[in-house]
Amino acid sequence: MDLTLSDEQRLLRESAERFVGETYDAEHRRRVANDPLGFSAEIWKQFAELGWLALPIAEEHGGLGGGAVEIGILMEAFGRGLVSEPYLSTVVIGAGLIGACGSEAQKQALLPKVADGSLYLALAHSERAARFDLAEVATKAWKTAEGWRLDGRKTAVLDGNAAGQIIVSAQVADDNGVGELGLFLVPAEAAGLTKRDFPRLGGGRACNLDLRGVHVGADALLGDGSDALPVIEAVVDRAMAALGAEAVGIMQTLLDQTLEYTKIRKQFGRPLSANQVIRHRLADMAMNCDEARSMALRAALMIDAEPVARGRAASGAKAKIGKCARFVAEQSVQLHGAMGVTEELDIGSYFKRLLAFDTLFGGSAHHYRRHAALGGRTVQS
Amino acid sequence: MDLTFSAEERAFEQEVRDFIAQNLPAEMKHAQSLTPSVFSDPDIGIAWQKALHRKGWGAPGWPVEHGGPDWTPAQRWIFEAECARAGAPNVNVMGVKMVGPVIIGFGSPEQQNFYLPRIRSGEDYWCQGYSEPGSGSDLASLKTRAVRDGDDYIINGTKIWTTHAHHANRMFALVRTNETERQQDGISFILIDMKSPGITTRPILTIGGDHEVNQVFFDDVRVPVANRVGEEGKGWTYGKYLLEFERGSGIASAKLREALKTVSDLAESEATGRAIDDPDISMRMSEIEVDIDTLEMTELRVLSALQTGQNPGAVSSLLKLRNSEIRQAVTRLGVDVIGHDGLYVEPMRPFYKLNEAPGIPEEMLPVVPEYLNSRAYTIFGGSSEIQRDIIAKMVLGL
Repeated sequence: MDLTLSDEQRLLRESAERFVGETYDAEHRRRVANDPLGFSAEIWKQFAELGWLALPIAEEHGGLGGGAVEIGILMEAFGRGLVSEPYLSTVVIGAGLIGACGSEAQKQALLPKVADGSLYLALAHSERAARFDLAEVATKAWKTAEGWRLDGRKTAVLDGNAAGQIIVSAQVADDNGVGELGLFLVPAEAAGLTKRDFPRLGGGRACNLDLRGVHVGADALLGDGSDALPVIEAVVDRAMAALGAEAVGIMQTLLDQTLEYTKIRKQFGRPLSANQVIRHRLADMAMNCDEARSMALRAALMIDAEPVARGRAASGAKAKIGKCARFVAEQSVQLHGAMGVTEELDIGSYFKRLLAFDTLFGGSAHHYRRHAALGGRTVQS
Repeated sequence: MDLTFSAEERAFEQEVRDFIAQNLPAEMKHAQSLTPSVFSDPDIGIAWQKALHRKGWGAPGWPVEHGGPDWTPAQRWIFEAECARAGAPNVNVMGVKMVGPVIIGFGSPEQQNFYLPRIRSGEDYWCQGYSEPGSGSDLASLKTRAVRDGDDYIINGTKIWTTHAHHANRMFALVRTNETERQQDGISFILIDMKSPGITTRPILTIGGDHEVNQVFFDDVRVPVANRVGEEGKGWTYGKYLLEFERGSGIASAKLREALKTVSDLAESEATGRAIDDPDISMRMSEIEVDIDTLEMTELRVLSALQTGQNPGAVSSLLKLRNSEIRQAVTRLGVDVIGHDGLYVEPMRPFYKLNEAPGIPEEMLPVVPEYLNSRAYTIFGGSSEIQRDIIAKMVLGL
């Protein structure tokens, strides 16, 4: 039982915080908001040079073999600067899926490219009718003489506009049109693939996909054809742990800025922070930040546990951090008064990123339900 | 980083489990499960303390030279968690966890030699004389006076909310020995024999129907000056030291989890018509369980900091706040789970010595009293409002 950072982890944190602090500010965000990519390709190269893109990839595929705690350290720093580079889509989810179920040839072909920054990835899984149920996929994959044909619609594909390869989930249809889930590598320029791309709440971009008779080769199927749902669940749990850490960084920044503001802003001849009602609100915000920190770390540390324990930790964290995040975000706006609802302060950007966090992969209610359902009986000692 | 305990710690956990299996009788466990008050009655609390003492575990947090077992913070955590899981009674924390550390830290060798063994063995039972009718959150305004007369102090005044004063043979109290400009500077920490002439105790029944707290009156009570701990006028410092133990000591998450498990068992039973099938009940159950996971993780972060010799900071206020709020949420859920049966009132105490079978399933008896009693959690040991003041000051630097 040791929850203190190792020397290496401390160095990683320091370098990430320094880089983010020096690189990202409001001006940078405004520039990137108008960029068709939604982030800076230059900065992505620097991520590669810093070794961050290789971090969680296995050593035999050009990576550093880091774990969820290291990812969390990076993500928390990313949250502080509202980093919009597609780290989650490409490294945590994309490389995570390939590493978990790709064939050796697929890993050798793709993972070194993620590590060196030359390949962006995206996961196209969500569908409108499924809401946040990972098992519900209507998109179909039909076996053809040359490989596979994909038909369906995907929604809110994070960074799908930038991705060189999009990993599309689909039901591998038998003669009756039903079957288990498969994951398929679809090149960005594939015929029959239409993208409708849009700026994403809180920064970055996403797109909706239309797949109409998209033909891919036999080697486009990730892995050996066994059901991909357990892998998707595992990688989404990993993504939620990473997002939780990012949310902690965002919340801490909001708390720091709000605390500073309430000390400077004077009304009735004294600083806002001299009022007990404000001090107590800030104390509650600090508690919510700390609770979120506990749960993000817990989810990261349990990410390699057996699926039920892992899933409960990830869903518990997503639900709890979502609740904490809403409180901290809304109170930050409230305590900034009218200025809090303008685009003239940073507060709004951080607020929106937390709103996006809460929505991604399902909100608190969804994850409290999953937490209970995975538990079988409700409370275990 | 690693969330799991080491092989040695696992072995220790097994040792604690084995000890509990052999030394916690079913009747004691049953009695504790039917105890709706914050503290266990002495018939089971002292019996359990004696069992722990025989094993050398009577004072888990104390240094080895004072009879402590020399446990690491992780071992203490494991011990507390296992006791909670097993449903063991609460021991007299006013002795082991409150006055004990103060006597160890600031008491004379004579005081240490006399009092500490009696706390460990369960021979002495302590109560705490802090609050007064006019001094609640503003404790430093306390007025109970101790006037020097030769080798004695003569004490006059009153203390209130004194838990188990009617069972205790000793009290540690904060008394005013001097009128000073800064009122904290006139306070001393004193140890009082409850059998001293001039002490009377008035019971105060709380809304749950339990007699746990009292008002204690001092009418020209003589206490030897030798019973003062540390220096005259430094009592506030010692008292604050103790309050930090009171707030941050103990491992709350394991007890909360057991309490929630009890509610969850009721919710899944036919006796409540399977209350768990109500989506509101099941959602709240899940939310509370996640809140307990969060508190546990924060406790482990504190534990890890302590293990590596770091100062965890002003986190005790945060732990106290969340523990008390979660306790209230659990007990409130319990009331909703038992539905109709929440209307049944059983005035007799203790529930484990009733003369005839109650009109509702026995395990439901403590549910409503526990909820009512739990309202005190956000008040005692420094109210939630005071804890938020402390966080604003100590954590946020306001």
